[in-house]
Amino acid sequence: MEIYRAHVLVCGGTGCSSSGSATLIERFNEKIAENGLEKEVKVIRTGCFGLCEAGPVVIVYPDGTFYSRVKPENVDEIVTEHLLKGRKVEHLVYTDHATHEQDANKALEDITFYKHQKRIALRNCGVIDPENIDEYLAMDGYKALEKALTKMTREEVIDEILKSGLRGRGGGGFPTGLKWKFTYNSVSDQKYVACNADEGDPGAFMDRSILEGDPHAIIEAMAIAGYAIGASEGYIYVRAEYPIAVKRLTVAIEQAREYGLLGDNIFGTDFSFNLFIRLGAGAFVCGEETALMHSIEGKRGEPTTRPPFPAVKGLFAKPTMLNNVETYANVAQIILHGADWYNSMGTEKSKGTKVFALGGKINNTGLVEVPMGTTLRTIIYDIGGGCPNGKKFKAVQTGGPSGGCLPESLLDTPVDYDNLIAAGSMMGSGGMIVMDEDNCMVDIARFYLDFIVDESCGKCTPCRVGTKRMLEILNRIVNGKGKEGDIEKLEELAKTIKSTALCGLGQTAPNPVLSTLHFFRDEYEAHIKEKRCPAHHCKALLQYVITDKCRGCTACARVCPAQAISGEVKKQHVIDPDKCLKCGACMEKCRFGAITKM
Amino acid sequence: MKSLAELEAIRKATLSRINLRKEEKGETTRVVIGMATCGIAAGARPVMLAFMDEIEKRKLTHVTVSQTGCIGMCRLEPMVDVILPGKEKVTYVHVKPEMVPRIVAEHVVNGRPVEEYTIGAAEKN
Repeated sequence: MEIYRAHVLVCGGTGCSSSGSATLIERFNEKIAENGLEKEVKVIRTGCFGLCEAGPVVIVYPDGTFYSRVKPENVDEIVTEHLLKGRKVEHLVYTDHATHEQDANKALEDITFYKHQKRIALRNCGVIDPENIDEYLAMDGYKALEKALTKMTREEVIDEILKSGLRGRGGGGFPTGLKWKFTYNSVSDQKYVACNADEGDPGAFMDRSILEGDPHAIIEAMAIAGYAIGASEGYIYVRAEYPIAVKRLTVAIEQAREYGLLGDNIFGTDFSFNLFIRLGAGAFVCGEETALMHSIEGKRGEPTTRPPFPAVKGLFAKPTMLNNVETYANVAQIILHGADWYNSMGTEKSKGTKVFALGGKINNTGLVEVPMGTTLRTIIYDIGGGCPNGKKFKAVQTGGPSGGCLPESLLDTPVDYDNLIAAGSMMGSGGMIVMDEDNCMVDIARFYLDFIVDESCGKCTPCRVGTKRMLEILNRIVNGKGKEGDIEKLEELAKTIKSTALCGLGQTAPNPVLSTLHFFRDEYEAHIKEKRCPAHHCKALLQYVITDKCRGCTACARVCPAQAISGEVKKQHVIDPDKCLKCGACMEKCRFGAITKM
Repeated sequence: MKSLAELEAIRKATLSRINLRKEEKGETTRVVIGMATCGIAAGARPVMLAFMDEIEKRKLTHVTVSQTGCIGMCRLEPMVDVILPGKEKVTYVHVKPEMVPRIVAEHVVNGRPVEEYTIGAAEKN
């Protein structure tokens, strides 16, 4: 083992990988060798740091200098200046969105984006090399498994999880300890633990990030769960669209086997445990527990009615305990630090922390982990940095296609499972999509319903036919053909689908429509009655007009792909609404702000 | 298959290797070496490598080695600052690799600066 004086951490999460972090790593290694520093400086590919907006992200330790949006050509400068001569490259240092400071000496945790966070599930993401088991071990890895196996009875482990107040992070929020207990109570020759890594919600990517940045945390937690409920085998169901996660998980499982942390007689006890990966083909419904288990068995991914619950009859008709990735990510920490440490954080009924994926019209796109009970305002404004380009915040969509949209008046709601449900949305997996004044709420509802119609497995009629009918009505409304009574019809369909659909997908499918109807009914009415889209978003209800600010420069006429703009040079131009494609190219081109949407 | 003791050994050894990635919270001892052109020309690189060797040999977990630029006294290079948590910075001058084991043993480990190598001693002459 070698000591290096400096570590260069380069984010290897999906976000930064797609903005070119792999090239950065190559270039760093090249340049470091060129300058003869290979014995002094080590380059490490880590998991996600969370601040995907500023990617690719590079941190140089021991200084803790946080470089953002690093391009391959910047690497030379970082190597020759910072690594060789010890001078930080100020102009590449991350600029804090709140203070507008570019302070090379600021510690990572003092940056506004991280200051309000409390990282438990994401504790190792961006800190360790996920493909090196030794680094996980150094961060107290597998100590919780050791404690559980050598010092705790199975009942004590379950009690600890029960007492911690941990609830399912996949969306439902069912008490995790109870699930463990039910499966423990089932009598069978074989039981299974399973991990739901079929993260399907548009806009949520915390599970991917944990698997990419800290795969051993999931392996350790599943082994603990296996011990507690009496299972010797576990399955991780992960979607094939997450190639980096699958690769790191595979590497991690191999390493754990090599070290005897998976396999027969772990730590010399009589507990044996093995893990297998199953790839999902990306069907949204396979995130539903019964459908997921059918898919693992090699059957068609369709849900079945419960009971029997998986705790009684699950995978291969044996008792099965299925938890989400983020839920597992908390387990080892709870065993290690105790239930009281964990339940000291959060609100009365929602303990601990929750990871949220910030997306949409927000400055700091990325992953944040905050204690339960943090207000939406803190998450969106303090951590997320608010809406870009000075636009006005309109709503935040939480809970993915099963959730709802919350307006500005509810921004001070402390986020936990029960508050979000009371507000008309849900926690879901923790996606938060921010919308500004340019987003049309009817169109947002239509978007989610479109997703549901695509993803409905078709097994039950309310979901297969009902959501389709709702989508048709919404399509009609955004195209300016809405009729009186459409809103009432939507509500009636929504109510029926909610109470009659077979599984969670269908039962929650109408939520985006219901919540937008509740908070933004005026927008629906404007579309239907006045044939007007208040956000100027729906193309069919929108008209581009040239005002008298026009100087007649002809720029718009030249850029128009449909030749819809006419007029003489130096005179006000006119748009022919019949020819206009509403592409907006003219508005972008106009330097005088003379084109407006009506 | 690793035993519990072996796992603990891996934990300790790896921790010493990745420890520098933690944000400094005043618990780490910092060894800062002047590595501007003047420092490098005067032989700072072998000195730095000697520090890293010594720290690895002794398996010290709370020590980081970092570099800094020129502080203006180029004639005294190679210069090394040793900063123990909560203590004043001690500056060594004209440091040679053979002086490093003594600085690490007496100052970094035992907290007693090697007076004769410090800038104070050099200024008296």
